[in-house]
Amino acid sequence: MNKIYLDHAASTPMDIRVFEAMTPYLTEFYGNPSSPHSFGQKMHRALEKSRREIAKYIGAKSEEVYFVSGGTESNNWALDGIMSSYGKPGDHLIVSSIEHPAVLNKAKALEEKGYEVTYVTANRKGQITLEAIQEAIKDNTVMISVMMVNNETGVHQNIEAIGSYAKEKGILFHSDGVQALSHLKINLKDLPVDLMSFSAHKINGPVGIGILFVRSGIKIKNLLNGGAQERARRPGTGMVALAVGFEKAIQIKSENIETFYHDLKEKKAFFINKLKEDLPDILINGSVDGGHPGIVNIMFPGVSAENLLMNLDLAGIAVSGGSACASGAMNPSHVLRAMGLEVSEAKASIRFSFGGNNSLECLEIASCKLVEIVKRLRGKNGQ
Amino acid sequence: MDNNLDKNKVVIGMSGGVDSAVAAYVLKEQGYEVIGITMKLWEEDASNYAEDYGGCCSLSSVEDARLVAEKLDIPFYVIGYKEEFMDQVVDDFIDEYLSGKTPSPCIRCNKYIKFDALLKTAHSLGAYYVATGHYGIVKKDETSNRYLLMQSKEKRKDQTYMMYSLSQDQIKHILMPLGNFESKEAVREIADREDLVVARKKDSQEICFVTDDDYARFVKEHTLKPIPKGNFVDLKGNILGQHKGIIYYTIGQRKGLGMTFGKPMYVVKIDPNNNEVVLGDNSDVFRRSLTAKEVNFIPFEYLPEGYSCQAKVRYSGKLSSCKINMLGTDRIEVIFDEPVRAVTPGQSVVFYDGDVLVGGGIIE
Repeated sequence: MNKIYLDHAASTPMDIRVFEAMTPYLTEFYGNPSSPHSFGQKMHRALEKSRREIAKYIGAKSEEVYFVSGGTESNNWALDGIMSSYGKPGDHLIVSSIEHPAVLNKAKALEEKGYEVTYVTANRKGQITLEAIQEAIKDNTVMISVMMVNNETGVHQNIEAIGSYAKEKGILFHSDGVQALSHLKINLKDLPVDLMSFSAHKINGPVGIGILFVRSGIKIKNLLNGGAQERARRPGTGMVALAVGFEKAIQIKSENIETFYHDLKEKKAFFINKLKEDLPDILINGSVDGGHPGIVNIMFPGVSAENLLMNLDLAGIAVSGGSACASGAMNPSHVLRAMGLEVSEAKASIRFSFGGNNSLECLEIASCKLVEIVKRLRGKNGQ
Repeated sequence: MDNNLDKNKVVIGMSGGVDSAVAAYVLKEQGYEVIGITMKLWEEDASNYAEDYGGCCSLSSVEDARLVAEKLDIPFYVIGYKEEFMDQVVDDFIDEYLSGKTPSPCIRCNKYIKFDALLKTAHSLGAYYVATGHYGIVKKDETSNRYLLMQSKEKRKDQTYMMYSLSQDQIKHILMPLGNFESKEAVREIADREDLVVARKKDSQEICFVTDDDYARFVKEHTLKPIPKGNFVDLKGNILGQHKGIIYYTIGQRKGLGMTFGKPMYVVKIDPNNNEVVLGDNSDVFRRSLTAKEVNFIPFEYLPEGYSCQAKVRYSGKLSSCKINMLGTDRIEVIFDEPVRAVTPGQSVVFYDGDVLVGGGIIE
């Protein structure tokens, strides 16, 4: 059975060129990049070259780029580090309620430490409006965190407007950009953010590395304590091979970003149109216009997403049906709930996310199988 | 609906324990297309992650089930049935305890979760059957055209007591591959031989969602209702002392009454209306008859007149000869040939004719 992977928002396959770029740093070269000898220096140079290149692709200065273990650490550090540098317990943090758990659960942990947190809900289109943010502002608001692209609906957030407003008010602004690098040209020179988080494995890079962008002049307390790596801000032996892989992945993406964008957009439109031919009553969760060209969240009224996901998996098609709990059981998406969907609607919704490897042919197969399964499941429910 | 289902396809509920692991193995050997599902019934406490084996839905047991599925090379999923389990099993368990009864939640779990919610999932995957590691046998009786449940060959492990309330439509979709095993040791041997990692695991405890077997504590922590103290009384109504609350007692109990009476005293009755626990001699704990509700019969739709058979009043109880009379449409009166000890409201009286599970009901 040829399997079809439609879960690229969860993780992407590594590009072979990324693997090839990394290989020498996993086999041929070794040594601790912090060591003064020639082995270490070679690794150090590779690490710093990767930092410079990545910085260039996102319009940042290399000293504004910190390597971390991934999106989760990056988001955690941003919230924790800024709230403790610029605030004290009692001070106020604003996050959107459609953030990744890496932001939401860090916000909860900060609440437990005595910080005040407002969770701003989204509208039915999946957008966090500037007005909603403005309403949440208080005199003691230290920081706002709103993601650039939502991972479950693909909806783009208006971070330019929110960021400019935050700047005007003297409030620091962080944005989770983990789902942005795959299709957007990021230019941090012009983007009104103070901190931004990215991850390599969402762009065909390796799992295990991400970055936190911290704009020059912003103080941030450490999340981890240890050696003097990353300008003494983030300890841990330099992750050379992973950084080289990230660099290669971002280079491949950046140099062809428009091609990727249009390719994904075409695939998504093709898939949705195919489905609608046979299932005219399906609904798209979140704004239909714009957004991530490769993510679509679809509600299949009357069908259990959990049953649909298992049936699709048994047919060799991988999709996502919400967030997984510790045991792997699915919970209805908190993002869809925050947009005002009923539990029953969230439990009937599936996220499809496409990638460069998905041919139109395999999307046609996937949509045919999906239609067949949905019709069978509905038949049984007497619909 | 059955027409669309594949009789060669089966969903097996995998707890992470040895029984369901071997059951899955046997089904695979028999040529079935097997899909493993671990039912997430209960929210585990984060602090208990990866601690010792506690109940059938702890995180570690999910990982055990996953390993077994990987070894058998069968698809595996974890599905939450938390709301159904709470509504149908746990809430009823708490309510029954608060009204002075001693419920058997596994019976409701079989009826509403394993052989209903999980069966529906199986059907949604196109599978005709749902299987479990239960010890019991399904057999079709060609003369009556009904599906029967029979005691497992390994009598000590037989679990048909917990299955008397299943309907014909449920039973015909059940596979229990362990029913024909001669012994539990034979099951463990297969687990050892096939290197199913769970082979050394001890059997799970009585009630999966009360990991420490302290039911009263569980009820107390999961209700907003007060659990008032009250009086121990004798059969004549004389007050003998004070009890901690009726949820702490069960019929026939002698130990743990919290006081001494100069002679062995046993719980004879729990009276929720007066919040009293009635104590008496051991001989007072025996009864000749009982009534039961929510009755279900398996080999026949309607009970024949003057029906006599054998009955158990608890899972681990002995069989006693009895006669059954219908009272209306779903209640019965059971008259035993010899008095039986500790007939406990909330527990089930379950009937057998030889190895055949006849049915049962909840003791009133």
